[in-house]
Amino acid sequence: MASGDLFVWASGAGLAIALLMVVGLLVLIMANGMGFFWIDDVVELTLRDGKRVMGQLAGREIIPNSVTPGSPQGQGRIRMKIGNRDLYGLDFKWVDEAKTASKAFPHDAVLLERREWGNMYGRIKAIYKGDMPSSEGGELGWKTLLPLVEQANALHAQIYKIEKVEIGEINAEIERSRLKIRSLELRTPPSQGSHGPTLDRLKATISLADARYQEKTEALEKLYARFNEYTVVMVDANGQEKRLPVGQIVRALRPNELSTPVKVGLYLGNVWKVLTDEPREANTEGGIFPAIFGTVMMVIIMSIAVVPFGVLAALYLREYAKQGTIVRLVRIAVNNLAGVPSIVYGVFGLGFFVYVIGGSIDALFFPEALPSPTFGTGGILWASLTLALLTVPVVIVATEEGLASVPRDFREGSMALGATKLETMVRVILPCALPGILTGLILAIARAAGEVAPLMLTGVVKLAPTLPVDSAWPFFHLDRKFMHLGFHIYDVGFQSPNVEAAKPMVYVTTLVLILVVVILNLTAITLRNHLRKKYAGSAV
Amino acid sequence: MQPFLSNTANSEPAQPQSPDWLRRPVINSTVAKVAHDNKDTMPKIALRDVNFFYGMSQALSKVNIEIPIKQVTAFIGPSGCGKSTLLRCLNRLNDLIEGAHIEGKILLDGMDIYSPHVDVTDLRKRVGMVFQRSNPFPKPIYDNIAYGPRLQGVRSRSTLDDIVEESLKGAGLWEEVKDRLHESALGLSGGQQQRLCIARALAVKPDVLLMDEPCSALDPIATAKIEELLFDLKKELTVVIVTHNMQQAARVSDHTGFFLMGELVEFSDTKTIFTTPRDSRTEDYVTGRFG
Repeated sequence: MASGDLFVWASGAGLAIALLMVVGLLVLIMANGMGFFWIDDVVELTLRDGKRVMGQLAGREIIPNSVTPGSPQGQGRIRMKIGNRDLYGLDFKWVDEAKTASKAFPHDAVLLERREWGNMYGRIKAIYKGDMPSSEGGELGWKTLLPLVEQANALHAQIYKIEKVEIGEINAEIERSRLKIRSLELRTPPSQGSHGPTLDRLKATISLADARYQEKTEALEKLYARFNEYTVVMVDANGQEKRLPVGQIVRALRPNELSTPVKVGLYLGNVWKVLTDEPREANTEGGIFPAIFGTVMMVIIMSIAVVPFGVLAALYLREYAKQGTIVRLVRIAVNNLAGVPSIVYGVFGLGFFVYVIGGSIDALFFPEALPSPTFGTGGILWASLTLALLTVPVVIVATEEGLASVPRDFREGSMALGATKLETMVRVILPCALPGILTGLILAIARAAGEVAPLMLTGVVKLAPTLPVDSAWPFFHLDRKFMHLGFHIYDVGFQSPNVEAAKPMVYVTTLVLILVVVILNLTAITLRNHLRKKYAGSAV
Repeated sequence: MQPFLSNTANSEPAQPQSPDWLRRPVINSTVAKVAHDNKDTMPKIALRDVNFFYGMSQALSKVNIEIPIKQVTAFIGPSGCGKSTLLRCLNRLNDLIEGAHIEGKILLDGMDIYSPHVDVTDLRKRVGMVFQRSNPFPKPIYDNIAYGPRLQGVRSRSTLDDIVEESLKGAGLWEEVKDRLHESALGLSGGQQQRLCIARALAVKPDVLLMDEPCSALDPIATAKIEELLFDLKKELTVVIVTHNMQQAARVSDHTGFFLMGELVEFSDTKTIFTTPRDSRTEDYVTGRFG
């Protein structure tokens, strides 16, 4: 005992428990998140009362109060994803095993992924072109449906392009011209006479853009007409019919006919889709690309803001300030800032960045847009700066440690060659302290990428119509609101109308958030190791 | 005698000031006169009544030395005797230490280096220094040497190439590193690193080279190389070297000063110090009876 065996065991156990918790967390998230992409077979259950239930298995449990001394095993029940939300109003249904008579995997069961209302499970009855039936029956209908869905997806891409890109550009142009007219009016009130040719030119631009807008709307109407030309009539397991336009279908599958390799291919395709698509259905379906983009961009802006500030502050504290009580107090205060709850920073960011600074910027540079704010509302810039404020203590502390670890010999060697303090700092000390600075940045990224609370006050939204970067000048729109993975988890998990259906999405988003943080950190760590090799001594 | 003097210096700081003020014009005129009369015999560096304090504790008291030009002057003495402190006063590196201050005068070519008109960075370009622990910057060999010239605004690649080659040759390192100038200086051996530091100091073309126990961390072969180098260097430069190693002082220096407790006990040509010292404390030290 005296040799400390017990202590060694205790410390080992501590480490083991810590590791176990981390591994458990990862396994839970991976198991729940990765399963989301797999396409399960469609089951059709026949109940004892003759009713049928069709859908995908989503779990099984023992009915809580069924375990009695008489039946120690208890009664099981199955959770089915039955989809067809527009018909049933529910996505999931519990079915008692005791009440099921038989179970089948019908080959003609069709799974339709739709743009609205979630999945539909059923069989094809007929396909109509307008009001004329074009093909009847399951097999024929299925063969006709597949090319139609492909066509519809191509049309959808065209519609998307016109709606989002082309009409978006026209609207932006109209808005720009309107703002220019407004700013002309602000500078010289209309009572003081005409604004001359500029105003006329702007008005001409607007009417031209309006004409183009009309053109586009007409083109859209034509496309929509073709889009909704074909309709498919589906029957559910109990014979209830539902007619829906083919344009509503994203993908039609017969899961029970698919071989495993095809399913693996679809699985990978689903992963790719989630990573690159925009969300649908109140974020519960589709992809999470805007959230990934927003998270990464916010972290990058935060890094660009936090490093110079943190490094300058640390340089002053360590190199220029007279070491004494005041500096010690400042240091304690800085360390304590790192412990302030993040929502406090959010409130500060809202009050200071958004209202004071953003409001002033609007009053000075964008008066024509008022009363609608430009920078005077939450946006990615303010959110990033708020997070930079939140993480600046971490960078200061790490940089100070990095500076302290630079040997005095280097300073003296540089000074003895006639370098001033500034030259020594820039040419010798800072390069040597870079690994320390990057350690600070790594810690800052790890903290910032996971923060949600301050963002909710300073610019995150559940659905941003546009990314903060696009092809319209000036390309980076730092005033725009953005989406964030952390907030996405909260929103999908707790704020969506269909929490149960959104659960897999919560795990997927969590998994992606963890991956994004890991990738950002690995990048910084690789950079740091590279610099360490460059600046740290290898010999002697 | 000496303790008494230093006591007065501590308790009444004004007192040592006033004789200093009185003496200043005399020294200046003498120096000026010497400079006109005979350039060769004029000391490169002259210390007049130098006292040095770290906060309240006195590290040097009433040091007076004249360091001759283009010769090697060695300072010896036991640890903590103030010889390194004195060396660091000569390029004002002690300015970096908080709470340290100096009294008296240090004249370089007759100019007081502590006068407010002196540009410290200029001074340090004229008075180079090599440290006890070799301290090459974690940069390539080339950039280490070019560091000083670049600070002075030398940008031309060919000029820098020339300076690097010349300095490395001056430090006897050229042949060993000419093929790997762009590799990290930290890959060199200890002795090579120390010679790199000498080359780096030479690159700014100083008049004086201060060496603070430059061989204390080196093996005998690397030490011998640096000692050889000193004979070449003194053709161009005035060298002041601090060493613990008395044999080294005897081998390389022309003049030797023996320090004890912040006081210059004896300063004379090296032969005299090691053969017929006037002070019994010097004799005890050089014969190894203490220290």
